[in-house]
Amino acid sequence: MAGDVILKVRDLYRTYDIKGGMFKKASTLTAVKGVSLDVERGSTLAVVGESGCGKSTLARMLTMIDAQTSGLIEIDGLPIDISQTGISKEMRQKVQIVFQNPYGSLNPRQKIGHVLEEPLLLNTDMPSAERRDLALQMLEKVGLQPEHYGRYPHMFSGGQRQRIAIARAIMMKPKLLVLDEPVSALDLSVQAQILNLLADLQEEMGLTYVFISHDLSVVRYIADKVMVMYFGEVVEYGTRDEVFENPQHDYTKTLFAATPRADVDSIRKRLAAKAA
Amino acid sequence: MTNTSPASKADPTKLQAESRNATKAQLLEFWYYFSQNKGAVIGLVIFVLLVLMALLAPLIAPHDPDFQYRDSFLVPPFWEEGGKAAFLLGTDAVGRDMLSRLIFGARFSLFIGVVVVTIALVGGVVIGLVAGYVRGMTDTLIMRVMDIILAFPSLLLALVLVAILGPGLINAMIAIAIVLQPHFVRLTRAAVLSERTRDYVVAAKVAGAGHIRLMFKTILPNCLAPLIVQATLSFSNAILDAAALGFLGMGAQPPTPEWGTMLAEAREFILRAWWVVTFPGLAILVTVLAINLVGDGLRDALDPKLKRS
Amino acid sequence: MPLLEIRNLKVEFDTAKGPFKALDGVDYTVDGGEVLAIVGESGSGKSVAMLATMGLLPDTATITADKMEFEGLDLRTLSSRDRRRVIGKDISMIFQEPIASLNPCFTVGFQLGETLKTHMGLKGRQARDRVVEILTSVGIPNPGERLSAFPHQMSGGQCQRVMIAMAIACAPKLLIADEPTTALDVTIQKQILDLLVQLQQDSGMGLIMITHDMGVVAETADRVIVQYKGRKMEEADVLTLFENPKNPYTKALLSALPENATGDRLPTVSDFAEAGGF
Repeated sequence: MAGDVILKVRDLYRTYDIKGGMFKKASTLTAVKGVSLDVERGSTLAVVGESGCGKSTLARMLTMIDAQTSGLIEIDGLPIDISQTGISKEMRQKVQIVFQNPYGSLNPRQKIGHVLEEPLLLNTDMPSAERRDLALQMLEKVGLQPEHYGRYPHMFSGGQRQRIAIARAIMMKPKLLVLDEPVSALDLSVQAQILNLLADLQEEMGLTYVFISHDLSVVRYIADKVMVMYFGEVVEYGTRDEVFENPQHDYTKTLFAATPRADVDSIRKRLAAKAA
Repeated sequence: MTNTSPASKADPTKLQAESRNATKAQLLEFWYYFSQNKGAVIGLVIFVLLVLMALLAPLIAPHDPDFQYRDSFLVPPFWEEGGKAAFLLGTDAVGRDMLSRLIFGARFSLFIGVVVVTIALVGGVVIGLVAGYVRGMTDTLIMRVMDIILAFPSLLLALVLVAILGPGLINAMIAIAIVLQPHFVRLTRAAVLSERTRDYVVAAKVAGAGHIRLMFKTILPNCLAPLIVQATLSFSNAILDAAALGFLGMGAQPPTPEWGTMLAEAREFILRAWWVVTFPGLAILVTVLAINLVGDGLRDALDPKLKRS
Repeated sequence: MPLLEIRNLKVEFDTAKGPFKALDGVDYTVDGGEVLAIVGESGSGKSVAMLATMGLLPDTATITADKMEFEGLDLRTLSSRDRRRVIGKDISMIFQEPIASLNPCFTVGFQLGETLKTHMGLKGRQARDRVVEILTSVGIPNPGERLSAFPHQMSGGQCQRVMIAMAIACAPKLLIADEPTTALDVTIQKQILDLLVQLQQDSGMGLIMITHDMGVVAETADRVIVQYKGRKMEEADVLTLFENPKNPYTKALLSALPENATGDRLPTVSDFAEAGGF
């Protein structure tokens, strides 16, 4: 298992130019500063950080939505630099993304069947009957019914929509799935269902996840390796147990301390402190 | 992968029925919100009647609209003294039946509305989509040109255009379409700007959709709601402008029974024979009002901000 | 006498698909100096109850209750003018989206001053001093300079602090916080929760926390009401609820927390629904 690296990132940078105005000088903002990471096939890397730390920018570069400013991305042995080479169909089939907000990530005017078939239509020349069969299979796989095929997104709940978004992402059988806060917009009980679904799919299809989240309890549950980002830089990177048991960086410690604890002992402690 | 899952054996006809149900539910919901607006329903009924009248004009019009009855000039409507039952709404200065001319006039007005809105909508949507999607210099250039067009008083610009192209109904329609089109461009661009960064567009991009597909298949259908409302309002605007051009002698030429042209022809008889101006004016008023009411109802039904309790 | 007492509250909305029952006979009581948490998932009606109390629901809502009293004052029969006098002064509320809750056209100082003018009759110098004092108490650095800042010039956490400042400006007896930290980062959430609890303890006001996050409940509440689909599932003090939940739905919620995961899979609410029959 070790050494079978599917995603290799070296010294990745992304800068944005901020246009100057009449009274403002033009400047650059570095959203991602020198990130390097390796993800092994079939494992889950969690990227943790607060808003503005560059974790979504990282996700956009990994999924070829934006180009990197410099640095190397290699997915399954295929170097990715879309500003130089453009995007080939082969590259697309390697990596897909699931977004945070299930209400915004599905086209409101597109029926579910078409949502699922779109990647196939655009990247393969599969006949339509076969596409439909595959879409129906995926619906079933993510826990939905065949009759959902012809419905519109607004007829579904948030959790069901996230299932659809996941089904769309795995339609092309990608090697790597980038999950950008896939459960943070969902209710607790639905969150559990989606996390279970992701675990099942990982096992069944041998998927590799890059799981972006700000929720440490979810990360602790799902991740093999954890990377903590702060203002575009990686401040902590290691296996889950290393990071959670023995955080090195001050920011990681602050983050852990700030996470609400829902266990009986801490409640007791708090109540005791209050009474005193 | 094995093909033994029950899903792959699902009955395709059943799936199609389900898909149709979803479409039907969508339409039913639309109709629910539209029908909440009583004015809109009344407007729609009037509009449908107008369309029927225009389509069936040769069948329901009592006379040929261009035939001049030499023995009955300026006959008043039948309820007035001197009115004839043969000419229900009277005749004009050269003895043509008012009612028949009005009925045939509906054809021209609706035709003008449809053609003008189609030209303005298609042109405006394409230009607006490009501006909003491409951004940068293209966007700036397009929007400044639109600003220049909008800076002219619309009727004046239409007059100038007709003067260049030459008077006539077709040229008038082209001129009005050009004048109305910047509104569509701005509206489309604004809608595209708000939609293009949404996650579903990014998702389609990740799935491999090209620029043309993203613009027309992914983004455009989600920008349609304000455009449909604007299209109905422009429809009535087009009728009004065409009537105005007709009145100024720059639109449809006599003897075409276009409502604005009819008004122009009747100008000198305003004091002597009220019916020759009142009825074409009323026809324009009722049509424009009905269409605006429908537009209002469409806005209620399509604007997601106003519904969703 | 409890601060706020509501008996058998029912709220119904008219929608395109017929009436929708958002709340079905729920009781609430809050005492002064107490932190009550109302927990539930979306659609549980947790916000609706408090919006109904504040009179902030749209016209499509029908509200009925056997009793709805704030300090013995019947809120049901209150005219909207009298209601305004109570709301904003004795009861105030903060919302989920701090940046959207502030008017982008006016400075923070002006918006705070307006609240003081309306309810306390403070003007000019006096109002300004009080505003600075309140901003200091909610932990805004350089409050004197911050007065002339517009909402978009501040971060989400700071905006929420300003919202809290506005809510406590008139020393309310009851503060309702509707998901006050959901839109904020974890480290900021911690600061805001600490601030809210601190203010509550210092002033002895009642605090109602509406939230979906069990962690927030555990960190702040004295007493908890668990709601599901417009009905009350369980009401208990916080330790009892976490230590020994009675209701199957509460049990399901607690075990769906990833930090409580024991095996490979997370138990979901539907696993419990079959067993518990709710």
